[in-house]
Amino acid sequence: MIAEPLINSADTITTKTLEISIGPQHPSTHGVFRMDVVLDGEVVRALKPVVGYLHRNHEQLAEKISWLGSMPYTDRLDYFNSMSNNWAYALAVEKLAGIKVPERAECIRVIMAELSRLQNHASAIGFLLQDCGAWGTPLLYAFKEREKILDFFETVSGSRMMCNYFRFGGVRVDLNDAMLAMARKIVAEFPKFLDEFEKLMTTNEVVLARCQRVGILPRELAIAGSVSGPVARASGVEYDIRKVDKYGIYDRLEFGVPVGRIGDVYDRYYIRVLEMRESVKILQQVLRDIPAGPVQAVEVKLRGFKIPAGDGYGRVEGPKGELGFYLVSEGGPKPYRYHIRPPSFINLTVLEDMCVGHKVADAIIILGSIDIVLGEVDR
Amino acid sequence: MIPTSEQLCAAVPGVVIEIVPSTLAAAQPAMLVDREHLVAVARYLKNEPSCQFEFCSCVTGVDYLAKGFIEVVYHLYSVALKHGPVILKVRAPRELDQCHVPSLTPVWRGCEFQEREVFDLYGVKFDGHPDLRRILMWNEFTDHPMRKDYVPPADYEWEPTPHDEVLKRAKADGGIMPPSALATEVKK
Repeated sequence: MIAEPLINSADTITTKTLEISIGPQHPSTHGVFRMDVVLDGEVVRALKPVVGYLHRNHEQLAEKISWLGSMPYTDRLDYFNSMSNNWAYALAVEKLAGIKVPERAECIRVIMAELSRLQNHASAIGFLLQDCGAWGTPLLYAFKEREKILDFFETVSGSRMMCNYFRFGGVRVDLNDAMLAMARKIVAEFPKFLDEFEKLMTTNEVVLARCQRVGILPRELAIAGSVSGPVARASGVEYDIRKVDKYGIYDRLEFGVPVGRIGDVYDRYYIRVLEMRESVKILQQVLRDIPAGPVQAVEVKLRGFKIPAGDGYGRVEGPKGELGFYLVSEGGPKPYRYHIRPPSFINLTVLEDMCVGHKVADAIIILGSIDIVLGEVDR
Repeated sequence: MIPTSEQLCAAVPGVVIEIVPSTLAAAQPAMLVDREHLVAVARYLKNEPSCQFEFCSCVTGVDYLAKGFIEVVYHLYSVALKHGPVILKVRAPRELDQCHVPSLTPVWRGCEFQEREVFDLYGVKFDGHPDLRRILMWNEFTDHPMRKDYVPPADYEWEPTPHDEVLKRAKADGGIMPPSALATEVKK
């Protein structure tokens, strides 16, 4: 007997569920990440993230070295955004020690963090479309733009990705006029790239078919699940730490916080495009108004740096979400406790809820739309 | 509005709250809550209209070896009212069989992975957690590496020229296998 063509095996015939493991050595998992999936035909019935393949107990390492010694290690957390990681750590320490940062250093920090956001979001949406099956092309468009920003980071800090650029009370080196001109050129050219990229992608039929109404994360679940950053904002959570905490000089800058309505993969794609446009606005303001002056608070003695006993929590709006550091000091030259609140790791909490009921191929793009970096998930 | 300890005591009868003052510039005082009433306090903070701390941002453990307890710290923020943080602290004795704390995952879903991490690295058991397994270390691992008295197992493979502590431990274990010996063993 010839069976009817199967439209959805899960509804028509009784099939055995199949337990498979996606990853850890699969390119679509963005690193050494594993998903234990229960499949019914092609439909995901359950999904458990398995992490820890890149675990190196970063937190324990930091408890054994000086306060400043951890700064280069923070580069290795989310290795796409070492500048933002540096800032989160520096901010937490400055909060504990009560250090005031000079105006020019604050401006440079904003420039670095926002450029970091630009290149992270550009590559995140490039990777997302790669996961959809658009092999290479969109990713390389994004990487072409990212290259310029990485070149700038290299000019300033000496390293493309492991920048180690921030210091408690300021930044390591000043920007000269040539570097500022380089940054202005990148910012001036960036909207052109975005327009071009959007023309290819935003109304692309395949993108719409694959991403719309896929992996919906309701607003309530996003909040309850501690989801932060662009993923939360795509679900309609109007929460941006740059606006709420007003750290640095963000209270004096004009920018909007784009918020999504549905919370599907498409919203998460488009929210990143919109955030890049806002970042460009921020960069234009800062590059226009950056004052002259010192870039390091003189009263901070980085050698033999100590903090009086106590604890505190500092956080920034990183490109992936809320990146926070919880530090406990006992007055010594080392932190007693050094905890990182990793946005990619915590955003994975709701991965199962987003994937159940969708096809395997959709689970891949849902994971891509969260934008995880395993250096930060596993620490 | 961040509730005072009097308000919390009125809302949750029998609760023991101690305000831990912040000695640093961060000025983030914390509330030390007893284990029995932690969940009730959490639910109050989440549901009370003037608090609305519906976003549990950060969960972590701290091992105070000298004082003999492990502290679990929760940082709460409000998305609706844009205030925070409220810092909840709860303490459990360091002994593994007594190291229990009620889980807040039923209150805030976002605690799920973070509490698993605290369990994995500190050995704090969260009662009422739906899926308390190791998350960063592998399942066969038996210890809790972030405890201050943790001793890492001997692994000399990457110490071709042992010295100090490693050399002492290697001698106690009966010598070191040199890398060359390792290579011949693989060949066989």
